[in-house]
Amino acid sequence: MQVFGIWVAAFLTLCIYSFLYQDNPLYRFAEHLFVGISVGYGIVLSIHEGFIPLAWNPIWASLTGDSLSGLWKLIPIFFGLLFFARLSPRHTWLIRYPIAILIGFGAGIAIPNVLRANIFEQTRGTIEPFSVIHSQTTGTAVEVMPSGEFTVFIIGAVLMVIGVICTLTYFFFSVEHRGPISWLSKVGICFLMVGFGSAFGNTVMGRVTLLIQRVDFLLNTWIGSIF
Amino acid sequence: MKQKKIVLWIMVCMVMFISGTIAFSQEPAPIPPSEPEEAEVPPSVDPDVPSNVTAKDTPNDDGTSITVTWDIPPEDSGVVGYKILRNTNGGDFEEIGEQLTPLDTYDKREKINKYKDSKIVKDTSHAYIVRAIGANTTAESQQTAAVMAKAQWFHTGEIPLFISMLIFCAAIVGNVYYAKGGKDIFVRRIPGLEAVDEAIGRATEMGRSILYSTGLGGVSDVATIASMTILGQVARRTADYETPLRVPCKDPIVMNVLREMVKSSYLDEGRPDIYNEDNIFFITESQFAYAAGVDGIMLREKPAAIFLQGTFYAESLILAETGNSIGAIQIAGTDSEHQLPFFIAACDYTLIGEELYAASTYLSREPMLLGSLRGQDLGKLLIFVTMIAGVVLELIGINWITTLLQRVS
Repeated sequence: MQVFGIWVAAFLTLCIYSFLYQDNPLYRFAEHLFVGISVGYGIVLSIHEGFIPLAWNPIWASLTGDSLSGLWKLIPIFFGLLFFARLSPRHTWLIRYPIAILIGFGAGIAIPNVLRANIFEQTRGTIEPFSVIHSQTTGTAVEVMPSGEFTVFIIGAVLMVIGVICTLTYFFFSVEHRGPISWLSKVGICFLMVGFGSAFGNTVMGRVTLLIQRVDFLLNTWIGSIF
Repeated sequence: MKQKKIVLWIMVCMVMFISGTIAFSQEPAPIPPSEPEEAEVPPSVDPDVPSNVTAKDTPNDDGTSITVTWDIPPEDSGVVGYKILRNTNGGDFEEIGEQLTPLDTYDKREKINKYKDSKIVKDTSHAYIVRAIGANTTAESQQTAAVMAKAQWFHTGEIPLFISMLIFCAAIVGNVYYAKGGKDIFVRRIPGLEAVDEAIGRATEMGRSILYSTGLGGVSDVATIASMTILGQVARRTADYETPLRVPCKDPIVMNVLREMVKSSYLDEGRPDIYNEDNIFFITESQFAYAAGVDGIMLREKPAAIFLQGTFYAESLILAETGNSIGAIQIAGTDSEHQLPFFIAACDYTLIGEELYAASTYLSREPMLLGSLRGQDLGKLLIFVTMIAGVVLELIGINWITTLLQRVS
């Protein structure tokens, strides 16, 4: 059975890789199989990890008298059921209520986290190294940095502030980018590109690792099982 | 001749690839076993009895945990760890957890002078005992008073964040009213968005469809919400030009929202007759199956313009490269910073991060969105000023801005 699994996996891998040549029936077969299986798996997962524990079990417990708190679940279930209003053209408008709740709820949850992680934490992280610089120069630091390391630290902190300020300037939309703003935003683009370049290299390395893993499977596990 | 060269190159690449793979797949040489280090035997002293042990309902939570705290042990306390015992409604004590980090530094001792019990029984009182573990013996604290966890309506620790959100919201609402009052608000040029009309026009001239993907984000993702508003604007134009607009979706809820948005756009343009609900369809929730499906659609339908706007992960390059291979004009936009390089490399135009959020304003020029954009810029200006002031103040030894930011975050 294990050998059969290896052969199926190798065949499907080769089918997907055949896309590198051009679209062909083998790729189409693997694509449709992949999509179909993932949808089926997703439905089963939704039933077992969503519907049964979050809707069915609490309601059943309420009906059998074990725990009446499950009746609260009827409210979200009702709004969820409104999604089926799409099936009736006359009542399609009802779908707007669950959608409005979902978007409002989602934005409400997301915005404080975005503010916290992307704005306040980042601003603090940019400013904080200057507190270290102050403590090192005034001799109040617990551990004194070697002069070479300290110089590199200062350069890093200053570069960080310049980078953040210039990049932020690039993202001002209601101001015309002329004169000093234009210069600052151009420097900001340079910083962005340096960041993207390093992210590109880093991610490509990760992808190559995945490719090696797949080819290793084909060469060692699959071909290895033949010879 | 040319074909021979290509075959030669393919063969060279294959040989390099296979040899590289074999080289990388070699198992590393076994590391010789090192000499076992002599285990440090802790001094055989009785551990100090944990003092000042208290159990309190964890503040600012949903009533699902109790926090037990005790004094930090001195360096020579002989304590190597702690075990936490709990009883329920006055019953027998049972061990529920342990803190066995070696207490070799003050920092470590400081970190383990509390235990958060997140496995409590709701509406039930619990009492705790902390058992200090020494090298050979143990010492138990007094039993704490019984505590019952309660849920709090408000998280008082989030008040600074709430105030800062109110300030940002006030800036946005104020500017929305400013824009609605008929004041002109400037929006700088965003090259990627100026190409939207060009892309739609090209698809119309070629008689081909437009493919729009909102990526893998759910309906609550900020990037997906931004992408939806851009789709609304794109749909207005496709309604005008009668160009087919195909939208493969990864999330069934997003699909329903998109159907509503596109339908509204077609209605606004007075073309409900050409709106086809089936053009906005669900593929699958699986990331790479979705990528495979969209790739297949690209290759078979050969859309003339492709919009990749929203949240993308590892599939970004797969989609962008396939779009590039069929010669479609591609406009991408995402706030996933790790995927932006791939879009920049493989697409004709890319909206970088915040540009994606500004895109709907740029395309629609609606006063409400214009005001919101200006409000966001004021927020950025505030960050700008905070940063410069923070740096200057830190350099002269004043750190209240950093402290404030620490509280907020």
